[in-house]
Amino acid sequence: MEKRQFRDYTISLYHQGFLDDQFTELKKLQDECSPDFVAEVVSLFFEDCEKLISNMARALDQTGNVDYKLVGSSVHQLKGSSSSVGAKRVKGLCVTLKECCDSQNYEGCVRCLQQVDIEYKSLKGKLQDLFNLEQQIVQAGGRIPQVDI
Amino acid sequence: MAKKPLFFFLILCGSMVIVVLLMFSRFGRSKEETGSCNGEARVLYKHQNVTRSEIHALVSLFSDSDQVTSFECRKESSPGMWASYGITCALNMRLEKHETTESFHGRRVAAQCFIPDGELPLDLNPSDLSHSISSAAHMCDNLEQSLEQPKEHKNVEEGLDWDLLSYLRNTWWCLILGILVCHRIFVFHSKTPRERQEKVYLQEPLAQKKQQQCSQTNSRGAGKWRKNILLLGVIAGVSLSVWWFWDTNEEIILKRRETLENMCDERARVLQDQFNVSLNHVHALSILVSTFHHGKTPSAIDQKTFGEYTERTNFERPLTSGVAYALKVPHLKREQFEKEHGWTIKKMETEDQTLVQDCVPENFDPAPIQDEYAPVIFAQETVSHIVSVDMMSGEEDRENILRARASGKGVLTSPFKLLKSNHLGVVLTFAVYDANLPLDATEEQRIEATIGYLGASYDMPSLVEKLLHQLASKQTIAVDVYDTTNASGLIKMYGSDIGDISEQHISSLDFGDPSRKHEMHCRFKHKLPIPWTAIIPSGLVLVITFLVGYIFNEALTRIATVEEDCQKMRELKARAEAADVAKSQFLATVSHEIRTPMNGVLGMLKLLMDTDLDVKQMDYAQTAHGSGKDLISLINEVLDQAKIESGRLELENVPFDMRFVLDNVSSLLSGKANEKGIELAVYVSRQVPDIVVGDSCRFRQIITNLVGNSIKFTQDKGHIFISVHLADEVKEPLNIEDAVLKQRLALGCSEPGETVSGFPAVNALRSWSHFKTFYSNESHNSDKIKLLVTVEDTGVGIPVDAQGRIFTPFMQADSSTSRTYGGTGIGLSISKRLVELMQGEMGFVSEPGIGSTFSFTGVFGKAEANSSIAKLERFDLAIQEFKGLRALVIDNRNIRAEVTSYHLRRLGISVDIASSLRMACTSVSKLGNLAMVLIENDVWNKKDFAVLDELLTGSKETSARVPKFLLLATSATLVESSEMKSSGLIDEVVIKPLRMSVLICCLQETLVNGKKRQPRKRRNLGRLIREKQILVVDDNLVNRRVAEGALKKYGAIVTCVESGKAALAMLKPPHNFDACFMDLQMPEMDGFEATRRIRDLERRINKKIASGEVSAEMFSKFNSWHVPILAMTADVIQATNEECMKCGMDGYVSKPFEEEVLYTAVARFFESC
Repeated sequence: MEKRQFRDYTISLYHQGFLDDQFTELKKLQDECSPDFVAEVVSLFFEDCEKLISNMARALDQTGNVDYKLVGSSVHQLKGSSSSVGAKRVKGLCVTLKECCDSQNYEGCVRCLQQVDIEYKSLKGKLQDLFNLEQQIVQAGGRIPQVDI
Repeated sequence: MAKKPLFFFLILCGSMVIVVLLMFSRFGRSKEETGSCNGEARVLYKHQNVTRSEIHALVSLFSDSDQVTSFECRKESSPGMWASYGITCALNMRLEKHETTESFHGRRVAAQCFIPDGELPLDLNPSDLSHSISSAAHMCDNLEQSLEQPKEHKNVEEGLDWDLLSYLRNTWWCLILGILVCHRIFVFHSKTPRERQEKVYLQEPLAQKKQQQCSQTNSRGAGKWRKNILLLGVIAGVSLSVWWFWDTNEEIILKRRETLENMCDERARVLQDQFNVSLNHVHALSILVSTFHHGKTPSAIDQKTFGEYTERTNFERPLTSGVAYALKVPHLKREQFEKEHGWTIKKMETEDQTLVQDCVPENFDPAPIQDEYAPVIFAQETVSHIVSVDMMSGEEDRENILRARASGKGVLTSPFKLLKSNHLGVVLTFAVYDANLPLDATEEQRIEATIGYLGASYDMPSLVEKLLHQLASKQTIAVDVYDTTNASGLIKMYGSDIGDISEQHISSLDFGDPSRKHEMHCRFKHKLPIPWTAIIPSGLVLVITFLVGYIFNEALTRIATVEEDCQKMRELKARAEAADVAKSQFLATVSHEIRTPMNGVLGMLKLLMDTDLDVKQMDYAQTAHGSGKDLISLINEVLDQAKIESGRLELENVPFDMRFVLDNVSSLLSGKANEKGIELAVYVSRQVPDIVVGDSCRFRQIITNLVGNSIKFTQDKGHIFISVHLADEVKEPLNIEDAVLKQRLALGCSEPGETVSGFPAVNALRSWSHFKTFYSNESHNSDKIKLLVTVEDTGVGIPVDAQGRIFTPFMQADSSTSRTYGGTGIGLSISKRLVELMQGEMGFVSEPGIGSTFSFTGVFGKAEANSSIAKLERFDLAIQEFKGLRALVIDNRNIRAEVTSYHLRRLGISVDIASSLRMACTSVSKLGNLAMVLIENDVWNKKDFAVLDELLTGSKETSARVPKFLLLATSATLVESSEMKSSGLIDEVVIKPLRMSVLICCLQETLVNGKKRQPRKRRNLGRLIREKQILVVDDNLVNRRVAEGALKKYGAIVTCVESGKAALAMLKPPHNFDACFMDLQMPEMDGFEATRRIRDLERRINKKIASGEVSAEMFSKFNSWHVPILAMTADVIQATNEECMKCGMDGYVSKPFEEEVLYTAVARFFESC
């Protein structure tokens, strides 16, 4: 029951574009030696996100004197980590944000940043749910099923 | 070509000069001869017993006849004629003389023989010339020999001969010299323009133009020069002819004058001599009278005796009309005298001459009284009428008598009209003296001693007439005789008014009377005839000159026009070439300019297609994109063509793997081929080296083009077969080792069994039989190889009439082709040009309905032995894996089996071939340890396969491995093959065309089964990087963690740092890291910078180690430090890649990590360890 739920949920995450193949690759890296590898990386990612987003928000707050360079480097970092994790939507938004930033489009930057904020939070929630499901399966003594996309 | 006529013209001039010189010598001689004529006369006079007048008459006779006979001689030139010339011995010397003259004529004939030789312009050369000259000389010799019969003058003749010979020799040498000089000039002039032309061809078009102008002016100059020479030649010819005419004419006139002179002198002398003879006789008569009339008493002479005697001796005095004797009678004795004779002394009537004529002496008046009288007592019968006439009464006579008795010699009167005859005449008077007059008597004594006077009258006209009658050529010459005693008034004694007065000769006459002077004037009766002998030759020369001049002028004009035309053509050619180059350049530029925006259009279309479009929009966009792609490929082709034409295309020289390129082409075109159901096969001969040096892109372009064409023109059946051989392999068709080639060449299209698909194809042999460079063993460069590539198809073929224009750009077999098959027809032209750039040739053979085979050769470099190509490295491992395996190929077609085995051999698999499953069954037992069996789809049959399967799986116990069954299939049979696979009969289906990557893929999947594959690979990677110290440099925590996780997964010991600076510190030697993965975009110090610094550091350390400054042990295991640094980057653009390499990185992996990529990247570095 949980297994099926888990599988469906995972598939939906892929289909909705939250995640991509990279997440699968990440999962492959998790084995007996490092059982919490994915969770670890993902939590690192979210911490990173939080920090970077707040950085950017701060930079963009200073109206009239926005440090686009700072925003640019932050968004590059965010893009890198999101692509490493396989957070597809965040990554896509990062690309857009980067473009806005390069063209010094303040309005775009603010809007994108808001979207990124929303997106990463929703992803965080979803992944949290996923991990919870995993947890449940593991606690029930079952194996986490392989999900082929 | 203008030089030859000029050459002959000069020769002609030379020969003319010689002829003229020869004639000169002849003239000189004849002059000499005529001069010697008088001398001879003197000789004759001395030796012969003839009178002077006779001699003169003879001499004149001969000099006359000489002229006539010499003329005859010229006509007949027969020496024998002279031998039969019968004349008395007196003529011998003359005869010899004639013969010498004749020898001249002979020589002249020889010389004339020589002239026509000289005038034959076409085949004249020095040897001919010398031959003609020598023949002329020979003729002369012959003549001489025949003339030498009179021995006396041999020496003289020899001397003359020698002169002539040496003269001929000299002229001959002159001629040779002239010819040589001419030749030198020609050689010089004919050489330079050719050189100039050569130069012209070598020049660039622009420089060429200049050069052409230069050469044009040069040629114009040469033309002018030639014209000038011609003009000079014509002028020379004209002046020669004029000079010749003038000279000959002068000669004629001179000769005429001489003749006149001679004849005149001779006549004068004859007259004088005759006169003198008469004079002497008159003198003798006077002595007779003095002796017999006065010395005897009584007188022995009376009138009768005297008359009789004088009449009878009249022949002695041919010129006298009569003789009379008058007695000196002083006045005192007149009466006594008159009485003695019985008549009175009468007076001579002179007042009225007419009267004198008629009257008889009796009618004369008696003489007036004077001191003395001289009455005629005796007279010849002819003048008997003057008996008794007093001579003293006539004024002339009186004076005459007085002078005669004073001088004691014969004295002449001035001419006067004679009595009776009314002719002009002169009277000669001799005084008759007393017998005892001393010899040295004074004038007074003489007068004193005078006793009588003897007179003789000369009738001049009749006298001269008679005389001239005796002489030859009396018709041609008119003679006047004048008495010139009185200088102011000439008295004409004889003559007529006829004749040309302009030229006359005067000879003085001496009639023995010193006080009287007489002259003879001679002239020709006829005017000088027109000098044809002078006019004809010179006229001929003139005509010849003008003719030759005209011919040369025509030739020169023609040369000039031809040269001008040539010049124009050359100019036009240069212009056309320049236009062609300009066209190509324009095309190249324009094509390039078009390509750039077209790329934009295509890119945008692609982007548009990626957006959300409905079906209709998508269709439009796709059509636009397709058209754009067609357009750009056409533009690329045009650009290529233009580039080649304008000479801007240069081939690269990089090492590449020919087999790999062919794999690429076949994989690229396999889609299309499969669509049409055509089998595509590639075969490369074993002798072709793995790596060759050349332009792989262009090579690929040619192959693609040819194969593309083949696919285009092949309809749903058959095959396309690409094969590559060494050109040397094909050179000797008898010992071909390569199995495929052997089979293809040995069989014509008539035997379909041995083509790849079984459909007939044309014999490829003919496609390269026309190659020029193919069979030539030109400089066999050891580092160059010539490859022969053939592309064989079973298409529609090329119509025979279209085969000639197949390589012309934009020219397809026929206009319907493009409608049926599409395409522009530029590809083949480009391919051909590319092949030519590769120093090769392209040819084809085609039969409509059967197919075509295109072949081309190309020269490639041999690669150095150890050079390898990075691209192939990822296959290397696989090849190692397969090395030493054995495979069995079951195929009923030998060639196809060979193609399959070629591909397997590339993987290091040794291959056996069986032609059918049944055959395989029999042979399989012998072949132990088979790793795989490849079965061609065509030979598949379930029953036999079951047997084989049984056989092989049955031997399972003995051999460790069960051979895998692979089915070779084309896409057409894919579905059923797949079914077979799923039914478990076979392990894998390999879709043709075979190529390395596909084969490796299939084999790996089959040999190393699905489950095993993953761990094996992982293990592989793990084996590679296990326990390796790896440094990951990334500023992004997440990335770092992921990379770390990924690498740890394979057992690496991973250290992470978050900045370039930290990495620098970590990688400062000595350190223990085996590799470093570095992010490129980092704050503070990016990956490039960090790598550069690390490399600097390493270099410094290495230098120190090398110089021994730092001991190598201290830096542990390495002699030189070089830690592999791999870039981690999200964008895999070529530019970034290059930048990485530039700053010293060893490779790159794209982020995020993928197992395969990581493996490949890392494998390179840890393979060796």
